[in-house]
Amino acid sequence: MTSYILRRLITAVLILLGASFIVYLMTAASGDPLWDLYGNPNAQQLIPARVEALNLDTPPVLRYFTWLGGAAGCLVPFADTCSLGVSRDGQQVTELLGFAMTQTIMLVTVGTILAIVVGITLGIVSALRQYSGLDYGITFFTFLCFSLPSFWLAVLLKEVVAIQFNDFLQKPVLSMATIVVMSLVAGVIWFLVSFGQMKTRLLMGALGFVVTFGIIYFVLATDWLNHPFLGIPLIALTGILVAVIATILMAGLRNRRALYAALGTVVVGLAVYFLVQDMLSNGGFLTILVFTVVMTAAGAAIGYLAGGYDRGQGARVAGVTGFFVALLIILDRFMQSWPEYVNSSHIHGRPIATANSGTPGFTGDFWATGLDRFTHLLLPTICLTLLALASYSRYSRASMLEIMGQDYVRTARAKGLSERTVVMRHAFRNALIPLATLVAYDIGGLIGGAIITESVFAFTGMGQLFVQAVRNVDPNPVMGVFLVTGIVAMVFNLIADLVYSVLDPRVRVKA
Amino acid sequence: MSQPQPIDVPETVEQVPEQGQKPQDVRGKSQGQLVRQRFFGNTGAVVSVVVLLFIVVLSVTSIGIGPIPGWWKWSPDATGTVMNSGRPTLSLLPPSLGEHPFGQDNLGRDLFAMCMQGTQYSLIVMIVVGLIAGIVGTVVGGLAGYFRGWTEAVLMRLTDVIIIIPLVILAALLGRLAISWVRSHGLPTFATVLALGVLIGLASWPPLARLVRGEFLTLREREFVDAARLAGASSGRIIFKHILPNTVGVITVNITLLMSSAILLETSLSYLGLGIQAPDWSLGRLINENQTAFATRPWLFWWPGVFIVAIALSINFIGDGLRDAFDPRQRKFNPKRAREAGSGTDTLRTPLADAAQPGAAGQATR
Repeated sequence: MTSYILRRLITAVLILLGASFIVYLMTAASGDPLWDLYGNPNAQQLIPARVEALNLDTPPVLRYFTWLGGAAGCLVPFADTCSLGVSRDGQQVTELLGFAMTQTIMLVTVGTILAIVVGITLGIVSALRQYSGLDYGITFFTFLCFSLPSFWLAVLLKEVVAIQFNDFLQKPVLSMATIVVMSLVAGVIWFLVSFGQMKTRLLMGALGFVVTFGIIYFVLATDWLNHPFLGIPLIALTGILVAVIATILMAGLRNRRALYAALGTVVVGLAVYFLVQDMLSNGGFLTILVFTVVMTAAGAAIGYLAGGYDRGQGARVAGVTGFFVALLIILDRFMQSWPEYVNSSHIHGRPIATANSGTPGFTGDFWATGLDRFTHLLLPTICLTLLALASYSRYSRASMLEIMGQDYVRTARAKGLSERTVVMRHAFRNALIPLATLVAYDIGGLIGGAIITESVFAFTGMGQLFVQAVRNVDPNPVMGVFLVTGIVAMVFNLIADLVYSVLDPRVRVKA
Repeated sequence: MSQPQPIDVPETVEQVPEQGQKPQDVRGKSQGQLVRQRFFGNTGAVVSVVVLLFIVVLSVTSIGIGPIPGWWKWSPDATGTVMNSGRPTLSLLPPSLGEHPFGQDNLGRDLFAMCMQGTQYSLIVMIVVGLIAGIVGTVVGGLAGYFRGWTEAVLMRLTDVIIIIPLVILAALLGRLAISWVRSHGLPTFATVLALGVLIGLASWPPLARLVRGEFLTLREREFVDAARLAGASSGRIIFKHILPNTVGVITVNITLLMSSAILLETSLSYLGLGIQAPDWSLGRLINENQTAFATRPWLFWWPGVFIVAIALSINFIGDGLRDAFDPRQRKFNPKRAREAGSGTDTLRTPLADAAQPGAAGQATR
């Protein structure tokens, strides 16, 4: 194993060297680095200065080796010799990259996680209900996501969703007719995607109408959009829903002890709600983390103590419930800061941002800056998620269909296992194996793909840095961006191969 | 995968459309016939072919191609008076095109003409990318997979090196390269379109090469290849007569999917200003020019986007249809047709055919 990893690492370094050489030469050849200076009245001084600064007199091949020498300094730990060259404007690329990289990686991480969760859920559901209305709906939706140009979607989100939503927030009133039409549409969608007997489907449609109507009416009546809250009642309601769903998925409703343990965890969460408010208000990221871990552990402990015929199962269900209850309480705390954030002088009541990765000049406590982050990340994340979830959902559907036809699934059914156990234990877990590698291979491409989304939203990440550098024929920032994406892609490819051999015992790496 | 197969039993069930015909009379069909039949049985794919053909014909005939004039009265760069603040005159009831069916921009240019030129150029880029990437990918993957040894080592390391550069980064650099090359040589701007197609094609072959190599690796170990070699066939004959025809499915499907991502890539580059340049229109450049006018003239933004989505969506559906057609294992299971066929073919029933019936196992649909 060790020798395999070592060999892979050495190949990876050689491949990166080759690719970086190509990228450097291509950037250098892609245009005239002095093009913007020719019309300049001070060209006489500026041109020699830039030639001097960027070392343009040496041929690109030699310049590459100078760059490589600087980059090699980054490998020496704690020596502070790291240099990826300077940009055209004289800034150190390491500094530029340091900021841009964290922004991009945050965006891509959030987008990828959401895309994985949503995409796999959609894929599994559509595989389990193959050739139903739901399946066709999801298939069309994923194909549409495949075919959407990212910049068009981004502009659409920016111009339609953000601006109109912000306008709507100024005066959040809808006429009764609009509400009814919206609810009707929702009801029809519920009807179309539900399956089974006509009676069930009609009932689902009616339920969809009532639920949507209720939610819209509630949101408008309480001016929820401008003063969002969860409070005890909503946390209790959502918490119970989470507890029931977790039990259905992970233990089955017949495991009453697991259900009671999960519900008990919700009660514990409600009990500590007032106790933790002060702590959360004064705390920061670490407090959130500790609180979530403690709640999860508390849930797991309750589940374990509740016992029953399967302690582990009860602990898992209640632990997951505890995790989500903690998230709900944290969400509630964020919502408490919302009015203050929206009405602050930097926001002017238009919270959904369409540009930048943070409001310039905005300061506030942890919760307000967190909200600022959120409003800026929202649209690019939606964009990236929609574009990425298509392939995950298609792959998980295909993989799930393949597994559901396997002999061992038939065996599991023949043993008399419940459908839940067959799907969740025997099929779902195995369907995830090929996806693990797919996700890992995708990461590098996703960071690259975020370039376009970022530049539409003027998100100050690597995308902007890269596009600007390509326009300016500025090799060093381009190399910096390439280096980050290349290394990330390489590392994740290696992880993919290793994970595959761990997950699937039939695969052995050649040691 | 599309190897010469033993008789596919569920397939035989499907081949008995008419009542009263004896199953024994079913004549064998060639691989091509089977694929064509399955493809044209796929509604989504057929609709997509029609939509794509409509778009191609519309974009080519309306403004003409090259020196050949088209039937549309405005040219893409002719300015004029802005009528009715440039609103689209297209109406469905009663159906009429009007003077400017898609509207006008603030200089009075006709959006329909601009869209058609953009569509045409985007399609040209897409086709060139498909051709170049298809040829290079197949040649590289085929050589590496067939000859193994140092040929494979060199070619696959090259593939590894290129595949590690994210396609967007590679394409953006190549786009910039194409622009400055065309400018410095004083070529007509249309050359950028072709150069862009060639360069994106040269950037996007590696995934195809990997797939083709994999196919060649498995096929070259098969008995029919051994038989051909024993019979004295040359490498060229084995490759072209025995192996390549069996990889056509994988290659076609992947070229289709590659073309749909190529059109998205080209429009994205043109949107960023690193693709097709003024005065030529690309659908991406149209959106870039007009996005600031979204609040006042939204049609300038909607029409080009609709064309991009329509083209990419129909190509994706065609690719999916081709995949289903070439790969009988992933064939769609049509319960209705199976039921109809099942009633007349009791004599043909085998355990395998039974397994494909809806009652036997609802999920035996691979």
